[in-house]
Amino acid sequence: MAEDTVITADALQMERTWTLPDRGTVGVIFLIITETVLFSMFVAAYLIYIGKSLTAPFPKDVLERPYFASICLFSSSATIVFAEHALKKSKLGIFKLWWLVTILLGGYFLFATGTEWHKLIYEDHLTISTNLFGTTFYSLVGLHASHVIVGLIFLLIVFVTTMLGFPIHTQERRVKFLSWYWHFVDAVWVVVFTVVYIIGLKS
Amino acid sequence: MATIDYPLDRPEPIAPEFSFSETLYNWVATVDHKRLGLMYVVSALFFLVVAGIMASVIRLQLAVPNNHVVGPDTFNRLFTMHGTTMVFLVGMPMVAGFSNYLVPLMIGARDMAFPRLNAFGFWIFLLGGFLLYFSYIGGGGLSGAGSAPDVGWFAYAPLTSKAFSRGAATDYWALGVLVSGVGSIASAINVIATAFCLRCPGMTLSRMPMFVWVMVVDSWIILVALPPLSAAQIMLELDRNLGANFFDTQAGGSAVLWQHLFWIFGHPEVYILIFPAFAILSEVIPIFSRKPLFGRPAMVGAVVAIGFISLGVWAHHMFAIGMTSWSNTFFAASSMLVGVPTGIKIFNWTATMYGGKLRMRTPLLFCIAFLLQFLVAGLTGIMLAVAPFDWQLHDSYFVVAHFHFTLIGGLVFGLFAGMYYWFPKVSGKMLSETLGKWHFWLFCIGFNMTFITLHFAGLLGMPRRIYTYYPGRGWDTLNLVASLGVIPQAAGLLCFVWNIVRSSLRGAPAGDDPWDGWTLEWATPSPPPEYNFEKLPVVRSSRPLWDLKHPQDPDWKFE
Repeated sequence: MAEDTVITADALQMERTWTLPDRGTVGVIFLIITETVLFSMFVAAYLIYIGKSLTAPFPKDVLERPYFASICLFSSSATIVFAEHALKKSKLGIFKLWWLVTILLGGYFLFATGTEWHKLIYEDHLTISTNLFGTTFYSLVGLHASHVIVGLIFLLIVFVTTMLGFPIHTQERRVKFLSWYWHFVDAVWVVVFTVVYIIGLKS
Repeated sequence: MATIDYPLDRPEPIAPEFSFSETLYNWVATVDHKRLGLMYVVSALFFLVVAGIMASVIRLQLAVPNNHVVGPDTFNRLFTMHGTTMVFLVGMPMVAGFSNYLVPLMIGARDMAFPRLNAFGFWIFLLGGFLLYFSYIGGGGLSGAGSAPDVGWFAYAPLTSKAFSRGAATDYWALGVLVSGVGSIASAINVIATAFCLRCPGMTLSRMPMFVWVMVVDSWIILVALPPLSAAQIMLELDRNLGANFFDTQAGGSAVLWQHLFWIFGHPEVYILIFPAFAILSEVIPIFSRKPLFGRPAMVGAVVAIGFISLGVWAHHMFAIGMTSWSNTFFAASSMLVGVPTGIKIFNWTATMYGGKLRMRTPLLFCIAFLLQFLVAGLTGIMLAVAPFDWQLHDSYFVVAHFHFTLIGGLVFGLFAGMYYWFPKVSGKMLSETLGKWHFWLFCIGFNMTFITLHFAGLLGMPRRIYTYYPGRGWDTLNLVASLGVIPQAAGLLCFVWNIVRSSLRGAPAGDDPWDGWTLEWATPSPPPEYNFEKLPVVRSSRPLWDLKHPQDPDWKFE
């Protein structure tokens, strides 16, 4: 009997101290892993097809490095962290400010991609069907841009609901996941920039 | 004190009355993991019957030389739809269905980690299935050419280009597969998060049931192997509809890129498909041998090893395209390497049975057949991994027989074992043992009639995907025997369906724990209530139910 009591006490102790990782954390990490694989396939396709285009225009003739837009996107990774910190310290005004800056930086990046594409299509006559460069360029950069759009939609939802007075400080965990996703989108741009605008630029 | 006694005391379940429309609404709007699991398995069984009928028509056409039951175009559509359905609409939902139903019950949780994502996964999978089958109606497209897709289940470029595949059939194929893949990824993330985050107190990873371990690794393979397929399908759709040049060799593109992308997905996919069978065997064999699983740590290690090695073997499907000899050597070696952990598993299941008190019930019969047939499949797999051997038999019926041995002799037999084992839990009724034995013997004999013979047809040079052949090449008798094997298989399957229908209505009541099980799902009522567990259990060993039943001789004293 004595042994049984010990076991029961042991079990209760275990019930109290039993902790496991947060399900959202695990879910978002594995979502990012699976997205990484998807991107790496398009990156691989881009790398394989560098210099394989049979007809003009080639990257060296038409591509310019989007330095400013890239800096904007990378800094938005910092501003979203500032916003998160402000939220953690319950400084709602500062949170809203940094959050808006993040949206504007992301929005400018998207606008810059749009103008780049407009120039490529209307001035350089490069479309997705022109040659292999067009095929791989628009699909890789477009896949990234679509992720920026999804990120921006979520950022906007958070911003609008916060402005409407929704208690965002109760959603700290979800804000964290959104920020992870945004970091992921930025990290992908590091790879895309390297592949498209550095390695592939001279071909 | 709150001691846990066995059997667990709990109140009588309340069964409210629902009208038909309420019941329908409850099923459609459900986020309960057990209902979704059942819906997955039932839709998979439906598609299994559909694709099985297609296979029967294929065998009917090939029964005798110069046969004209169906024309060449219809034949191409039949094997394309058969393959695509079996892989994406039978195998994948079976993975999701079994893991949905069982993982939360086995780890002592009340639901999956993301119940709504779970429901989304199921409905989007079903949408993918409808998209694929809608091609029979909408596949003609604007040009009015073509009905269902006829490009084969791996749809090599340039066969899928607009020039060779007119109409919209190939688009329906690509979109159906892409969309159902989203569902698979949703369900894989869910399984991983559930197993990592919702285990009941005391259930450490080393005490987690083997079934859950295998399904977690399976979900991992899904997460890293399905995106390459999605990427390939997106590229194909861009090629077909926006004029991109990924697979267009005339614009400098490469048809081989499609093959790489497809098989980077395609080979891990066969492990994704076989893993549920591994998971089921690891539960069923110990219970029916009355011995704990032999070499549990080695089994976990082997599963994890397969989860990584299987990602690096894909190009053994491509020996015939003229890769460098270094690539051939690498992929031949890695393909043989993956046989090592698989061999460990076979040995450990056999060692679990060795010296055990075997109860020869239907689930164990299916497991034993699995062991023998999967061994044959593994050995022919090693043969095909040898590049020069593969050059001789590439795209022959030897390959067809090999992978049907893994997928029917392995996966389907494993799934039947699992269904006979868990049906009492799901329905509260026992399946008839007599009908089960009829099912087993008919199906086993029919399967071996069909597919053992097809090995020899392949060795004699019969290529796959031909719609008919001339007499006198030595294939006639073999093909006739293979086609006759369909009859016992279909009869066995009918026994199974009849068994399910009859037992659901008038089966013997099963009780909570008909097999004297050791894992937590047998601690719940049959069928389990929506909340699964009245009180979350506390676990101290890898056989928690054994501990509860044998308080004088619990496992945790020895683990």
